[in-house]
Amino acid sequence: MSEVLVDVRDLWKTFGEGEAETRVLRGLALTLARGEMSALLGPSGSGKSTLLTILGTLMQPTSGSHWMLGEDLARASDKDLTDFRNLHIGFVFQFHNLLPDFSALENVIFPTAVREGRETAAARARGRDLLVRMGLADRIHFPSTSLSGGQKQRVAVARALMNRPELVLADEPTGNLDRASANQVMDLIGEINRDEGTTFLISTHDEKIAARCRRQILVGDGQVTG
Amino acid sequence: MLYALKISTRYLTASKAQTFLLVFGVAVGVFIFIFMSALIGGLAEFILSRTAGDLSHVTIEAEARDPDLLLHDAKGIVMLVREKDSSREARLTSTDAFLPVIERLDGVTAVSQQITGGGVLRRGAQTAQVSVTGVEPSKVSAIIDLASYLVEGSVELGAGKILIGKRLAQDMNLRLGQSVRLLADTGIDQSLVVTGIYEIGSGGPDRRQAYVSLATARTLYAMPQGISKIEIKLTDLYAADATARRIEAITGLPATSWTENAAQLLDALEAQAQTGLMLKSFALITIVIGVASALLLSTYRRRPEIGIMRAMGAPRSFVVFVFVMQGAMIGLAGGLFGAGVGYAVLLAFPSRDAFQPGNLPIDIAQGAYGVAILLTVVSATLAAILPARAASRVDPVTAIGQ
Repeated sequence: MSEVLVDVRDLWKTFGEGEAETRVLRGLALTLARGEMSALLGPSGSGKSTLLTILGTLMQPTSGSHWMLGEDLARASDKDLTDFRNLHIGFVFQFHNLLPDFSALENVIFPTAVREGRETAAARARGRDLLVRMGLADRIHFPSTSLSGGQKQRVAVARALMNRPELVLADEPTGNLDRASANQVMDLIGEINRDEGTTFLISTHDEKIAARCRRQILVGDGQVTG
Repeated sequence: MLYALKISTRYLTASKAQTFLLVFGVAVGVFIFIFMSALIGGLAEFILSRTAGDLSHVTIEAEARDPDLLLHDAKGIVMLVREKDSSREARLTSTDAFLPVIERLDGVTAVSQQITGGGVLRRGAQTAQVSVTGVEPSKVSAIIDLASYLVEGSVELGAGKILIGKRLAQDMNLRLGQSVRLLADTGIDQSLVVTGIYEIGSGGPDRRQAYVSLATARTLYAMPQGISKIEIKLTDLYAADATARRIEAITGLPATSWTENAAQLLDALEAQAQTGLMLKSFALITIVIGVASALLLSTYRRRPEIGIMRAMGAPRSFVVFVFVMQGAMIGLAGGLFGAGVGYAVLLAFPSRDAFQPGNLPIDIAQGAYGVAILLTVVSATLAAILPARAASRVDPVTAIGQ
């Protein structure tokens, strides 16, 4: 049996109060095994993004348990969650979200540099390797603003992998790309999942993208429905 | 936090025009600070040099004893007026032992023994009442720099020589080398030759004052021993009170600081200094508001980036440091720029020694450059704390969603 990486149970998330109260997650339960590559599917407003945000420790649930790597993240402090996120979780957003005043390499090594307080030679070397692997060897020192959409998203994937996280959360990573670029990004994600055993949870509306994942998780009305 | 420093620098260099304007604004504030420091300091120096500069900073003078009252048992209502007896000069009789001690005190630059008294100058039918000061020939310019005020002759004093003011010379039609008789209030008179004429620019000393040698004064005032007073000059005017107290403690002689008779001047200087302090404070407040508002705007503009940094695992303290360092660097750059420009501009003004009436009495040495730079860096850093804290509280989820 595969090792459980993430385990959430009876997860509730409520926004607003009184009449404005909205229950986005309603007792959601989910486990992710180490090395899994899963697609998170569901209609808009089903709670996919909120779930990813909580799994990424960017938001705390209203109630329920959230365990990862043996840590009770639902009860951790902001500082502990920040450290945990830096070390164990990578993000790929729909709109790449690169730092505009930095080069491709500087963006990639940011998670390591912010932890170590400086840009070490080792971090630079790993950053370069990742960018080469992403097919961006000739764009390493380019300003991030001068890259195409597909190139930016590949830089974002490299950045998500920089600290060798156990879990990478991708929120519509190909939603803003043409089909060729989307396939290129998904090829890379699949390759890394296969080669390094990194767990991926990819939120998407695209069934072709979902079909490339070994597991599809359906979310509806704040719960996992399939 | 080397990496946070790099991010700060990158943010500043990424918006060059905005950063330049911000640094320029800070530099203007620093320039005002430095200019006001040099102006207020120079003005105070100027006023002091034109007033207290020619005064004795500490004076040791024997206390005059008033005559005893003769009317002890008068009946009915009697009004008595007791006037100081000017014919009974108080004397310091035992100063020789103390003089070397006083001369060796910290901050004492000159010690001048003097015999003072009144007299009448007479030349033919012309007469003029004068105050006579007998000084040691080697210390004629020790207290008042008579040499610098000399318009004719020399300040060398010796037997039979007298220095008088220009107005007195004009009133009595006296010229250099002419003789004049000085009748002291002791009734002793002596013929003296005018060997120097000075012009201080003040009516009293120029019209009613005369200087003779200490030896001549001993003869005129029948004081073979003792002196009337000791005048002391200090390097630091403001140390006069403390020095006077110290001299009294050491010697037991009554010592008076110049400040005891210059309360109004000191009040005026204090008010002037307060005005300068307020203007400098306003300049610093302007810097704080400018830096804080610019960084708040920057914080708002960079909210999505702050969100990304937080999502990538940057702690709140890292974000705070990035923005605080921006404030510090703006303060340092503006401080150095403003101080450099301030110094260059102040160089164009005449130095304190070469000051001419009609010009601003600016003292370039009192620009307080280091203080200005330090206060600017501290102020700009403090000004950055509020925006930095706001930045650190940015919710990454909301910010990335923007």
